[in-house]
Amino acid sequence: MATIFFPKSFQAQTGGIDQVEVEALDIRGVFRALEARFPALGDRLRGGIAVAIDGEIVNDPLLEPVGPDSQIHFLPPISGG
Amino acid sequence: MSEPRKFHSVGTRPIRHDGLDKVTGRARFGADLSLPGMLYGKVLRSSHAHAHIRRIDPRPALQLEGVRAVITSADRPEIPSEHGTGGEGGPVDFRDLSRNVLARDKVLYHGHPVAAVAATNPRIAEEALGRIEVDYEILRPVLDVEAAMAPDAPLLHDDLYTRGVDPRPETPSNVAARIVIERGDTEKGFAEADVVIEREYRTETVHQGYIEPHAAVASTAEDGQSVLWCCTQGPFLVRSFCSKVLQLPISQIKVIPSEIGGGFGGKTTVYVEPLAILLSRRAGRPVKLVMDREEVFRATGPTSATSIRVRMGARKDGTIAAVKVRLVYAAGAFPGSPVVPGAMTMLAPYQLENVRIEGYDVVVNKPKTNAYRAPGSSMAAFAAESALDEIAQELALDPLELRLRNAVRTGSQAVYGPTFKAIGFVETLEAARNHPHYRAPLAPNQGRGVACGFWFNAGMQSTAAVNLTEDGSAVVVSGCPDIGGSRVSLALMAAEELGIPVERVRPVVADTETIGYNDVTGGSRVTFATGMAVIEATRDVVRQLCKRAALIWEVPVEQVEWREGEAHCRNGEAKDPLSLREIVRQAVRTGGPISGQASLTARGAGPGFGTHICDTEIDPDTGRVQVVRYTAVQDVGKAVHPSYVEGQLQGGVAQGIGWALNEEFVYDENGVLLNAGFLDYRIPVASDLPMIDTVLVEVPNPSHPHGVRGVGEVPIVPPLAAVANALFRATGVRFYRVPMSPPRVLEGLQSRK
Repeated sequence: MATIFFPKSFQAQTGGIDQVEVEALDIRGVFRALEARFPALGDRLRGGIAVAIDGEIVNDPLLEPVGPDSQIHFLPPISGG
Repeated sequence: MSEPRKFHSVGTRPIRHDGLDKVTGRARFGADLSLPGMLYGKVLRSSHAHAHIRRIDPRPALQLEGVRAVITSADRPEIPSEHGTGGEGGPVDFRDLSRNVLARDKVLYHGHPVAAVAATNPRIAEEALGRIEVDYEILRPVLDVEAAMAPDAPLLHDDLYTRGVDPRPETPSNVAARIVIERGDTEKGFAEADVVIEREYRTETVHQGYIEPHAAVASTAEDGQSVLWCCTQGPFLVRSFCSKVLQLPISQIKVIPSEIGGGFGGKTTVYVEPLAILLSRRAGRPVKLVMDREEVFRATGPTSATSIRVRMGARKDGTIAAVKVRLVYAAGAFPGSPVVPGAMTMLAPYQLENVRIEGYDVVVNKPKTNAYRAPGSSMAAFAAESALDEIAQELALDPLELRLRNAVRTGSQAVYGPTFKAIGFVETLEAARNHPHYRAPLAPNQGRGVACGFWFNAGMQSTAAVNLTEDGSAVVVSGCPDIGGSRVSLALMAAEELGIPVERVRPVVADTETIGYNDVTGGSRVTFATGMAVIEATRDVVRQLCKRAALIWEVPVEQVEWREGEAHCRNGEAKDPLSLREIVRQAVRTGGPISGQASLTARGAGPGFGTHICDTEIDPDTGRVQVVRYTAVQDVGKAVHPSYVEGQLQGGVAQGIGWALNEEFVYDENGVLLNAGFLDYRIPVASDLPMIDTVLVEVPNPSHPHGVRGVGEVPIVPPLAAVANALFRATGVRFYRVPMSPPRVLEGLQSRK
């Protein structure tokens, strides 16, 4: 099961929960599972975010594969100057 | 990467393909284009920093002979708040962008555009600006970021409610957002600390200082198709932003990027571009709009002034026990300062158990900030790395040793959440400690400081094409303007894969209709991400070359191997290798032209870390600080073209030294910028700086086929603190505010007495 870590800014929508485990093959599956469990998170997952999958940051992810032991963190989109 | 790969092109230092044009003046920059029948545009800018616009009457200007068009916000659609992704390291609200391009009912900074004119020559356009009647209701401006947070501060936007606060505030304020990053228990950590310091730091508004002002030429045909030539870091971003601001279909806008005379993040948005398009659509003729230097300073996006408070505690062994930070960043006229990346990066080099970082994004009556090289990080690092230096001093520890004891390593958890894959921070610290500079003797009035820095490095979207020519050369096509040597770097990667000399590869920056979508040149992403696309496209070409060789030889393709620019047959028959040139010569008979293309969202940008050593010398009579020696050490993954990697490090350091010692926007109490020119806004020139030594540490990024990680942003992160720490060791005075300009330093020295 992949472990999803919620930043402080998400915890109002998760009822203060800071991490959960999810079974999914890709980020779309992760998002679906999270939205089913925390409906209030829905809007936040529909764009404008990045995730780090096992330390690799991806902006606006959807189809990126997720391994059974993956660690997933939510981040703001990363760009630069 | 278990075995370091042996390269034949990557890692060499050929002359860049665009070098000759640039040194001979043949290269064409934004303002160099002229078209037949072209009109000249000028922008009327607000003479107040904060005011309601009661009325604009453009009619007197239109009556002037030679004026072909005048536009105000009434000529543009009002667009709703809609967030998209820009080149700024965060979301862009297109309503704000639209109102920044041309004010609607309120001006929010001195220089805010309120109207634009196109006329047959620049003199008439200038005169026409003076005829536009604008009736303002002047409001009190707020310029200081702390003052803007006060409950009685003048409000810039009466519909701005702080995000990130629960429950949502009932009244609007200038605080656009609050963010919190938290781990562990800071109070418990401070209780366990043997030494605790608490300090406040200030940095001022500074500009990227690119030499080339913004410039655009727009031409619109009778069928409504607009073509825009401009200097930008992101032609696709310009196309998309103009489409949003003007509510035009993307298919009606083509953007052709010129050469670019510096950007550093500042050319990742639009200012004059939508105005040029709109004027050309109105006038039915091409329109050229070029900013002058004063306009660049007054009305383009600098980076934030900041107010930062740090409380840091450490145990006797040097372990950082707890850190608590409050970051306040000025966003300028609209929300969107780089406080988020500032918060994420400032302590990223260190393993921390107990940390709380609280950040505020605050609007003030200054131009809307835009990205500037590692947006938000230099100011945050100034605070964090200065505080670390004080901790080292308190504990009588070598400052590099203190950092080594706390440094993140491969597998460490970053303060912003994820676990680092292969990183080379410790290697940079060790290289700095072992560098002769670190032990070199110092002269009187000299001091040595160190500081470290971090940037994520971005991936994002890229497309590249590789086309083989009839003589066996290759053309590499990308859509990423070359701001730091990326053309030659992309060519080197293609040459590496093809096995041909880089001189036979021609890299081209294409327009928005000639190549697929590319995100901006920024975020230290092009050599990494577009490089990945180039490698993928080239490998596709190599597969096709092998297939063609197999057809020529009448053998299965599995028996063909590509080596050193030639196809080799492995079936045991004595066949002479087929060169690329020979295969292309026969292409017409084996399937036609050979080309490859790749589009991707790049994943796995390797984070970058740097460690800098700085020696300063102080003139105790004048307060003037001279940087006398500087060494920048950085993990660069794999230096594709080492000269340009070194150039990135040197350029970042030069900008950082300017930021540390001289640069700042100086405003009067009415919000008028007093130093809108390079005479008074003093960026360092060559004679101000020593030779900046570089050490390239190469810890390959395992997610890139050549081991590349971005390099352009990290080097501007440490210099502010490195200079401040050196100055402390030279004078015994700790400076908590940049720039450390002669009057401020002199004041510090006098307070010592």
